[in-house]
Amino acid sequence: MRTIRFLIEKEFMQIFRNKSLLPILFIVPIIQLLVLPLAADYEVKGITISIVDHDHSSYSRDLTATITSSGYFKNAAYSGSYNESLLLIEKDKADIILEIPAGFEKNLVRENKDELFIAINAINGVKAGLGGAYVSRIINQFNADIRLKWTQVPTFNAEPVIEVVSSDWFNPNMNYKYFMVPGILAVLVTMISSYVCALNIVKEKEIGTIEQINVTPIRKMHFILGKLIPFLIIGMVVFSLGLFVVARFVYHIVPVGSILLLYAFLFIYLIAMLGFGLLISTYAETQQQAMSIAFFFIMIFMLMCGLFTAIESMPAWAQIIAQINPVTYFIQVLRMIILKGSGFNDLRVHFMVITIMAIGLNGWAILNYRKTT
Amino acid sequence: MSEKVISTNKLTKSFGDFIAVNEITFDVMTGEIFGFLGANGAGKTTAMRMLCGLSIPTSGSATVGGFDVYHQKELIKKNIGYMSQKFSLYEDLTVLENIRFFGGIYGLSNAKIREKSEELLQSLELKEEAKKLVKGLPIGWKQKLAFAVAIIHQPKIVFLDEPTGGVDPVTRRQFWDLIYAASSNGITIFVTTHYMDEAEYCDRISMMVDGSIKALDTPSNLKKQYQANSMDEVFYQLARGAKRSGD
Amino acid sequence: MKFFTNWRVVLKGQEIKVAHLFIMKQLLAFIQKEFYHVFRDRKTLLMLFGLPIVQIILFGFALTNEIKNSGIAILDYAKDEASQQIINKFEASRNFEIKRNLVSINQINESFKAGDIKIAIVIPANFNRDLLHEHAAQIQVIADASDPNTATSLTAYATSIIMEFQREMPEIKQVPYQISTEVRMLYNPELKGAPNFVPGVMALVLMLIGVMMTAVSIVREKETGTMEILLVSPFKPFLVILSKAIPYLIISIVNVAIILTLSVWLLDMPINGSIALLFAESILLIITSLSLGLLISTLTDSQQTAMLLSMMGMMLPTMLFTGFMFPIENMPVPLQIISNIVPAKWYYIIVKSIMIKGLGISMIWKETLILAGMSIVLIGICFKKFNIRLS
Repeated sequence: MRTIRFLIEKEFMQIFRNKSLLPILFIVPIIQLLVLPLAADYEVKGITISIVDHDHSSYSRDLTATITSSGYFKNAAYSGSYNESLLLIEKDKADIILEIPAGFEKNLVRENKDELFIAINAINGVKAGLGGAYVSRIINQFNADIRLKWTQVPTFNAEPVIEVVSSDWFNPNMNYKYFMVPGILAVLVTMISSYVCALNIVKEKEIGTIEQINVTPIRKMHFILGKLIPFLIIGMVVFSLGLFVVARFVYHIVPVGSILLLYAFLFIYLIAMLGFGLLISTYAETQQQAMSIAFFFIMIFMLMCGLFTAIESMPAWAQIIAQINPVTYFIQVLRMIILKGSGFNDLRVHFMVITIMAIGLNGWAILNYRKTT
Repeated sequence: MSEKVISTNKLTKSFGDFIAVNEITFDVMTGEIFGFLGANGAGKTTAMRMLCGLSIPTSGSATVGGFDVYHQKELIKKNIGYMSQKFSLYEDLTVLENIRFFGGIYGLSNAKIREKSEELLQSLELKEEAKKLVKGLPIGWKQKLAFAVAIIHQPKIVFLDEPTGGVDPVTRRQFWDLIYAASSNGITIFVTTHYMDEAEYCDRISMMVDGSIKALDTPSNLKKQYQANSMDEVFYQLARGAKRSGD
Repeated sequence: MKFFTNWRVVLKGQEIKVAHLFIMKQLLAFIQKEFYHVFRDRKTLLMLFGLPIVQIILFGFALTNEIKNSGIAILDYAKDEASQQIINKFEASRNFEIKRNLVSINQINESFKAGDIKIAIVIPANFNRDLLHEHAAQIQVIADASDPNTATSLTAYATSIIMEFQREMPEIKQVPYQISTEVRMLYNPELKGAPNFVPGVMALVLMLIGVMMTAVSIVREKETGTMEILLVSPFKPFLVILSKAIPYLIISIVNVAIILTLSVWLLDMPINGSIALLFAESILLIITSLSLGLLISTLTDSQQTAMLLSMMGMMLPTMLFTGFMFPIENMPVPLQIISNIVPAKWYYIIVKSIMIKGLGISMIWKETLILAGMSIVLIGICFKKFNIRLS
């Protein structure tokens, strides 16, 4: 057991002496945690609409005014023709074109109907969908208002009207950062623990000190623990800095649920991810290989963890990948405890899964390590 | 009196079809300086790794310090020291920190570590360098340190794998002084090298060619046997027909 | 070769030509050595070529911003015809999956906490009667806003389902003043995710691989000491560096080809513009990323640091500031400014313009110039740093 103490001491000596490693371990994640949540915002705002008014009637001007003052759209770039507006779309200066045909007002009054033409840059499908929905909503409202003016309906509705009352829980200010910060923190902590651990062990392989240690009577388990524990500690420190310093003071996020529960999960999670790093190190002979393998998997973990896109929206086979991705669980647990105050009962499955992963990954790695060539 | 501290019987290691070490049989007596000679690629390092418990033999048997290389590797490791070709040391730790670390790994008590550190720094003339990072040390100093680390726990046997690689002749000679000193303290030395002149410094040597031991005797006996003036010549005669040499 | 040496005889004082040729031969030898390194390392190869393929598959088939199968809870106090019809509509919608039927309002909080429900609908008692007799009724939509964006979208979807129900009620008379709209989706009529993601994947892969591999490859030689050997040789240091960059240039070009092929074949992506222009711009980005890798390699002597810098320092920022995961116009202005120095961002715009909008160089010359400028600046900095180090 004493040997583990020597191993841990050595690790920390090396880490703190490494002038370039320290900033990367602590400062880079903090900076990223400060900057990235500000960038990560899916909300669809700032859509630019370009209105082509061929009618120049009071109705068309009304409609234009309604749209531009609705607050949904950034600015309305007026143009004289559809083609001009199309040019704007090509240059990414406009997202939506609304063309009001000549004779709009006349047709509406005389024929009781007319058609507006809308073209939307649909490269970003979601933006296009929501943008189109906004425009439609405004036009429908405008339509209803005209009807109201002309048909003089009393307070009794002409037709049945359902009023939808919506409310948002847990995040009444709809602050997207509340959602992103725990997620980004999770990703950063994951990257540090697994990647750095893997590289570290492989480096010892490369320079030969692992062989020197193998030749001593030290138990394999002790050696492994001597590697895991320092990085476990570092992972927890970085997480704590992220949660209690950055998240609290910069984003004003205070965990609603039990911090003890949070750290319990963090502990098991880090063991799992470090085990993963350990596993990688058993398959890599050079640091470059370790980097490549780790990068490959971390990329997949990051994409499939539900941080950037929802898991329920994925096809079945992809959901399976998401289910065996430890990061998925970590992010869910973080969000549930920090934002909703979920308790252990709600997280039973998560704890179980991550514990199995921790045992599995570490077990596999240790098995690999036991082999002498 | 003198007992066998290493004993092998048809020890073999093969990788697929390639037989790296081919049924070698030899003994090493306590207190000997045993030279394990051969060209690069002859199988020396592979053989040594089996004796150190770093590699499992394909067939044959061996005991080191009385312990079996198949089933008692951990006990072997307690009783041996090892110095690798690469002098595997922690470059970003100081000399003293390296000594302390390996002392701790070998399970020495704090008091013992302090005592041994002092002793080693003194005898290896490393006192000036104690607080310096290994990274900046010239190769001769690293060599001494690697040796120190190998014997810090006073093992019965110490295995040295090409310990004098890349060092000038004067430093090489000085290193052998260290080996003699350790030997006179009762440590058995098992050293591999491809410098044939170093063979003269050993009590007995064996010569490996293409995975097998082609000669096993004292240097003077071998010279007589092959009517050679130097070990170089002995080696040349033995290795002339060798198929594997160097990389 | 003979032809060229003859030149020397023909054009006196043009010995430079032969020297150039000699350098070419050296360069080729170096490049060949680098290629051996790369191709013998199977695990790294897995990442180099496997990663783009995996990303295309994931982005093409698995990742989407569209919200489907979101868990919804229904609290139906009315239990009448109208409420049932509304519930049926939710059942049929692919945006929602009804996971819980609640009986009391207290259960909503629990459901949210348990995490499988993102939104809850509350239909009050006497819903049908109020609707038919009073012509006014209420439905409550409660969203779990810990994910505000999903909440907004889900609320919008739920509202539109309810509105659809309202429109379809037989009581709606033929109303006057109908404004109808014809909506055309440009460039991507089926609202597929691929046109948005694929250019982003290209940018990401080229940037990350170019930077990481070049930086590591050079630093590794520094760390093992072989760099010094190369530097004291008669070969110009510039050639050594070039020889390290070129294999990754070629590998990245191959990756572009792989990504394009996969996107066209598996994801039905269009390539509406000039493929030659696409490759040319890709080469420009690759050069930029290689220069960045070179720059990183001058900052450190340790492989570990180079790797950590490239991965931790570059992965998330590149993903976020390119603009394909999150729209740049959403970001606060200081971040939008930062995004301008991310080369991938410009490349993303260029690729979208060429591939999907089918535009030519005349429309994207500005972005191309910016990208070219960036690589020139980076290469310049590298040169300076290199000269400082050597002297």
